[in-house]
Amino acid sequence: MEVSANWYLVLGALLFIIGGVGLLVRRNPLVMLMCVELMLNGINLTFVTFSRSLGDIAGQTVVFFVLVVAAAEVVVGLGLVVALVRRQPGVTADDLNALKG
Amino acid sequence: MILAQLSNFEGPSIDWLPLTPQIILVVAALVILLVTSLSPAKVSDSFSTAVTVGSGVAAGVVAWFVWNDIRDEGPSSTVAGAVGVDGFSIFFTILTLSALVATSLVGHSYIKREQMAAPEFSALLLLTAVGAIVMASANDLIVLFIGLEALSIGLYVMAAMQFRRREAQEAAMKYFVLGAFSSAFFLYGIALVYGATGSTNLVNIAAYFNTIGSRINNLELFYVGMALMLVGLAFKVAAAPFHFWAPDVYQGSPSPVSGYMASAAKAAGFAAMLRIFFVAFSRTSADWTPIVAVLSAITLIVGAVMAITQNDVKRMLAFSSVGHAGYVLVAVQAATSDGTSAALFYLFTYTFMVIGSFAVVSLLGWNDGHDVSRYEGLARRRPLIAVAFTVFLLGQAGVPFTSGFVGKFLVIRSAVDDEIYWLAVLAMVVSVITAFMYLRIISNMWDREVDVADAPRLSVPLTTGFVVVVCAMITVVYGVIPQSLIEFARDAVPVLVAGG
Repeated sequence: MEVSANWYLVLGALLFIIGGVGLLVRRNPLVMLMCVELMLNGINLTFVTFSRSLGDIAGQTVVFFVLVVAAAEVVVGLGLVVALVRRQPGVTADDLNALKG
Repeated sequence: MILAQLSNFEGPSIDWLPLTPQIILVVAALVILLVTSLSPAKVSDSFSTAVTVGSGVAAGVVAWFVWNDIRDEGPSSTVAGAVGVDGFSIFFTILTLSALVATSLVGHSYIKREQMAAPEFSALLLLTAVGAIVMASANDLIVLFIGLEALSIGLYVMAAMQFRRREAQEAAMKYFVLGAFSSAFFLYGIALVYGATGSTNLVNIAAYFNTIGSRINNLELFYVGMALMLVGLAFKVAAAPFHFWAPDVYQGSPSPVSGYMASAAKAAGFAAMLRIFFVAFSRTSADWTPIVAVLSAITLIVGAVMAITQNDVKRMLAFSSVGHAGYVLVAVQAATSDGTSAALFYLFTYTFMVIGSFAVVSLLGWNDGHDVSRYEGLARRRPLIAVAFTVFLLGQAGVPFTSGFVGKFLVIRSAVDDEIYWLAVLAMVVSVITAFMYLRIISNMWDREVDVADAPRLSVPLTTGFVVVVCAMITVVYGVIPQSLIEFARDAVPVLVAGG
């Protein structure tokens, strides 16, 4: 059985969906951060696959930009998680309920 | 081998003048951080604000020169077609710089009162402004994404600037999670559009649809990508049903930051939307305009219905900001030059109204809340502030002789010209419903029955007062003589120019 480009596209879509669903259903802030990474890596795989099937190098350079952005995002996200856990150890997303109207 | 290739590498030619405003802002941010961290003695907070305002004004002057060049020589693009140099990018540069300067001045006194870190606030403000400008002038989806992330990541931190307050932490975490979620959607949309059209450059994407002719392959891929990009941008501009983060984030963030989010960040989101959909996807406009029309209808209704049920002024303004996104979407779905310039006019005037409003909120609200009852008798305590706030609220309600009226008129006219009558009627009905909420705050301020004799003195710092008065004057001036701004917005309709 030959592994075609579509397999990688489907894998990328699955990673993206797993990350997206995980972000919505998981309550641990650290796991939520990991889910964001999963979504971005699914996208990276999609970019590389298209880059290869189109024979265009641009899609692979995009991945470097996305990796840098993901790193910056995680830095801020971890900072926020640390601030949250310091105030309330073992905090989950359900504890964030002070704001409503 | 690789080194041999490197020595032959020739970078794209770069026209530095159109990039100078962004460079000025980045340098200013670095100067602030370096000087305040290296200086042995504590640097006054005024230094950060002065550098921010000074660099904002300097960048505005450069943008004005670029604008004159564009009028003489026509629009162009630089850095191998990745950055567009047209009236559209200048328009949003000036809008962003206005928001930057006003927020910096309002933030100056707010930071002192709340004992926040001034250099970090100013540096983040400058860097997010660069992100917004990059977004508006991007001619390539990846450049646009980088701008979007520079803007968003800075804003996550700014939302959390009062990091010991429970509300600020919660607002920042919610903003971060939903912001990262929507950025990922947007990026996946870019990936699929890239796969379908073979390029991330907007010029090439537009050209792809011009040459596609009969060989329609990968169209499903493109449609899914387009939908994902629309969802991602709808999150960023807080359009319903993707607005859930907005009220919580606006309420929990420092008030000047909320004003900045509602002005610069929202405008940058719409700039991206107009550039991508109106220009690059213009050949497929029959596919996306109905979706945007439905989105705008939902946004208008949700913004209005939710706003009138709130008691917290910041949440009211947040839902009203959702509603204003709905009005801009009405102009976007028209997909015409008139509609686009109406959207630009609306965003520009709304910037001053919302920054002024949140400046007033920052004066009246403290950590213990922003209940609407706090505004009782404000007219007798601080008449000038009350008059200015009344102007902002009447402007947002769309009362004649304010810029909000002209904006709503242009937006609704673009829907009528496009013969989408149901949306035009809906927009008018909704503006009447939301007027109730604005009038509730106004009647609270001008209530004569309230006893204000023993109310604490409300101190109005000079910088905040200055911003409030100037924003109110701009709101009235563009309401009475809007012609110059209408012409500017007409010249600022985006165009695509291929890189040389």
